[in-house]
Amino acid sequence: MTAKRPRVADYPLAETQPSKVLGPNCRSLEELTLQGIMDGTITMEDLRITPSALEAQADIAEAAGRPNLAANFRRASELTRVPQEVIMATYERLRPGRASRKQELLEAARQLRETYDAHRIADFVEEAAEVYERRGLYKFRY
Amino acid sequence: MEDDASRGANRWRRFDDWDNRPLRLDNFALEDPANGFSAMNGARDPAPSATVDGGRITVLDGVPEDEFDMIDLFIARHHLDPAMVEEAMAIPSIEVARMLVDVNVPRNRLVQLSRGMTPAKLAEVVAHLNSMEIAFAYSKMRARATPGNQAHVTNAKDDPLQLAADAAVAVALGFDEIETTMRVARNSWSNALACCVGSVVGRAGTLFQCSSEEAEELQIGMAGFTSYAETVSVYGTEKSFIDGDDTPWSKAFLAAAYASRGIKMRCTSGAAAELLMGYHEAKSLLYLEARCLCMQRAMGAQGTQNGGIDGAPLAASIPGGVRELMAENLIAVWLDLECASGNDARSSESEIRIGAKILPFLIAGSDLICSGFGSILKYDNSFNPSSFNGEELEDYLVLQRDFEADGGLTPQGEDALLATRKRAVEALSAVLEELKLAEPDEDMKQSVVVASGSDQTRSFSAGHATRISSSIATRQISVLDVIRALNKRGFREEAENLLFLVKLRLSGDYLQTSAVIRNNRVISAINDPNRYDGPGTGYRLTEARRKEIANIRGVLDQGEVLRTEATFQRVEEGRIRYRSIGPAQQGAIAREVVVGLSPGFGSKLFRTTAGHPLSAVLMDIRAGIEEAGGTARFVRFLHTADTSFLGLSAARLSGSGIGIGLQAKGTAVIHRKDRLPHNNLELFSNAPITKLEHYRGLGRNAALYASGAEPEPIVVPTRGEALGARHHARVALIYAIETGLVRDGAEPEELAVDFLRDNQ
Repeated sequence: MTAKRPRVADYPLAETQPSKVLGPNCRSLEELTLQGIMDGTITMEDLRITPSALEAQADIAEAAGRPNLAANFRRASELTRVPQEVIMATYERLRPGRASRKQELLEAARQLRETYDAHRIADFVEEAAEVYERRGLYKFRY
Repeated sequence: MEDDASRGANRWRRFDDWDNRPLRLDNFALEDPANGFSAMNGARDPAPSATVDGGRITVLDGVPEDEFDMIDLFIARHHLDPAMVEEAMAIPSIEVARMLVDVNVPRNRLVQLSRGMTPAKLAEVVAHLNSMEIAFAYSKMRARATPGNQAHVTNAKDDPLQLAADAAVAVALGFDEIETTMRVARNSWSNALACCVGSVVGRAGTLFQCSSEEAEELQIGMAGFTSYAETVSVYGTEKSFIDGDDTPWSKAFLAAAYASRGIKMRCTSGAAAELLMGYHEAKSLLYLEARCLCMQRAMGAQGTQNGGIDGAPLAASIPGGVRELMAENLIAVWLDLECASGNDARSSESEIRIGAKILPFLIAGSDLICSGFGSILKYDNSFNPSSFNGEELEDYLVLQRDFEADGGLTPQGEDALLATRKRAVEALSAVLEELKLAEPDEDMKQSVVVASGSDQTRSFSAGHATRISSSIATRQISVLDVIRALNKRGFREEAENLLFLVKLRLSGDYLQTSAVIRNNRVISAINDPNRYDGPGTGYRLTEARRKEIANIRGVLDQGEVLRTEATFQRVEEGRIRYRSIGPAQQGAIAREVVVGLSPGFGSKLFRTTAGHPLSAVLMDIRAGIEEAGGTARFVRFLHTADTSFLGLSAARLSGSGIGIGLQAKGTAVIHRKDRLPHNNLELFSNAPITKLEHYRGLGRNAALYASGAEPEPIVVPTRGEALGARHHARVALIYAIETGLVRDGAEPEELAVDFLRDNQ
């Protein structure tokens, strides 16, 4: 978004730097017009948040003293690259009793890390895999 | 009154009265900590403790690391800041409690300390505070300065037209967020589209969520219809969490998933959920909720919806349960979370309990005072009735006005709301037609525009909504299709408003803590932080906002009172004529009763507060005097407007020494010339419930006193009406008109009173 990491004073980004808030196709906020929607040049893809916007919000959250919120935004930044069905499948696998053994979660983590470059999320899933083993959550529920 | 029920009764009958009050429909439960029925003092609540070893938490609230359950593990790894633990846990809880209410200890310092505190420590600290201190600390600790509110918008038929109209009304009233859910789960897409369109009528920026199954909710968000979610539920015991079909890790993953799609998200938790789910571990409501809140902060949620939520009625059945709900909201904001502070599921059938419960939040302010104010009627609320509903909405508006407290809402006039409903129904109809989803006819639309609730509509049924919903889902209609349809059909403003809303997700500004949109701007804890350090600081009403809140409907002013009186004047002129025939003389007739009229009587004011024409009052008084053998004489006083002095002055002019004082508003007194001003013979002080027959009786008694008799006093029966509330604003305005005519030393005037033909 910007070379310098945004700070609290840069918030809200849509107001302080509207031309630098870009969608995945590099369209700025100003380019997202009603006319563009009417003539079909703007798609849902143009309205998706980007990894850099989430990283910028993470920087702001951190500067405002909210490290956990920032960490969530950084995990989210990685998930922008992950398709919806993979997200839903991973979520499903993280629910109790869905994975029948630790290896399934570790495999999901590996896929996130290798296919989508999502290291933080992968670490997080691996942590879940270890905790679920400790707490006996790999058991049949339905 | 005839009353035989006393015979043979062996119970004080007041208990019958109490049995019949709505309060007695509420369940109350015995405090029973071993079975989980304890607000703040569970049988197995641990003592606060934490041990840090090599940067790792090895003991948490008495539990050693190898015995941590998944909740302990999540809190130990993601909530507690090892660098803060030693310092924060070392401060005695009572001292931290005092810091929470000390205006000289900044919020930031307390937020920092909270990150070194375990759930048991947080719970122990807030348990030291009484209810007032909790509310005060809440006001100081909440994250965003400007208070807000959230509405439920649902109906019993899942009728999309009504959803659009009611969503638009909620927006007009100022709700920052609206939330819908369905009677029939499959109707989620239809509900979402309808509320989405309604929510952009009138202004842009109201956030909207459709509460449904997790995966579907995210899909609806992806299609651009919704902008936030709050169904990410968290539970305070491991077994409840698993029965809720999640873990802290799965929920944290979902939190990141929402943010990755640019959708605002908060978690949900609240007292008594574990008790309802059967896995309370003999721990108190507050301790379990403290665990929930630590997890939510740990997973990086920006906020929470807590304060009982679905468990609120159960919490309220326990001693101290309502104080506990306030305390758990306090922990949420202390942990620096946005707080949608409950006041949601109706926790009592007693309107007094409901009104009392809302007050601390109304005066303290909250990010979202209700995490679901029923903007629709109770029976239309698909979440179940809220504390406040469409029925009681005006009560809430008046509470804001009474306490000059910003509850997030702004009163709207009848015409404005009708126009809003019409516009929303037309806009949604256009979208439904344009997208070939349905073709609502004029009768359907009209019935919805004027309907208070779905019982009064002739519109879509839940089955219609199912077909609309499935069509939206299978054809993958998105918010862009809706924007196009709106614009194509001339709803350009709504199209722009909706575009504004979906563009918010690009910057992600509204993902920050406590974000809402006001006047097309994102405000949050970042750019509108709550900084309270004593009187004169923190959120204050501006004069403009104060005026908005005060502007409820049906307020009286003197001009309006005079206009109303003027309409009665014309009628009265056909019934009665008052002629001044010179200075009033001392009477000599032994059986005469002087009726002393107030300065504005029949000249500026023409009916009593009960609505009786003054001509009729005088006729009955005269008839009463005459039927008891007396003679009536009418005198106008201009030196006083006070009933007692009118009565005493009349008595002193009277040949019998008995007089009646009568004000235009209908207050009347019988006086005797030798008594002190306020020591009268009989008084009708409750003019609004005084009937003409009472005035006739008053005349009769006055004449009987004049003859030396001791009549039975006339008693005007009251049924306990709040006459002051019903009448005093008008009375004060009327009485000011009377006192405005008073002239010091003015002589009494003899009046000839002619009753005219219209009166017969």
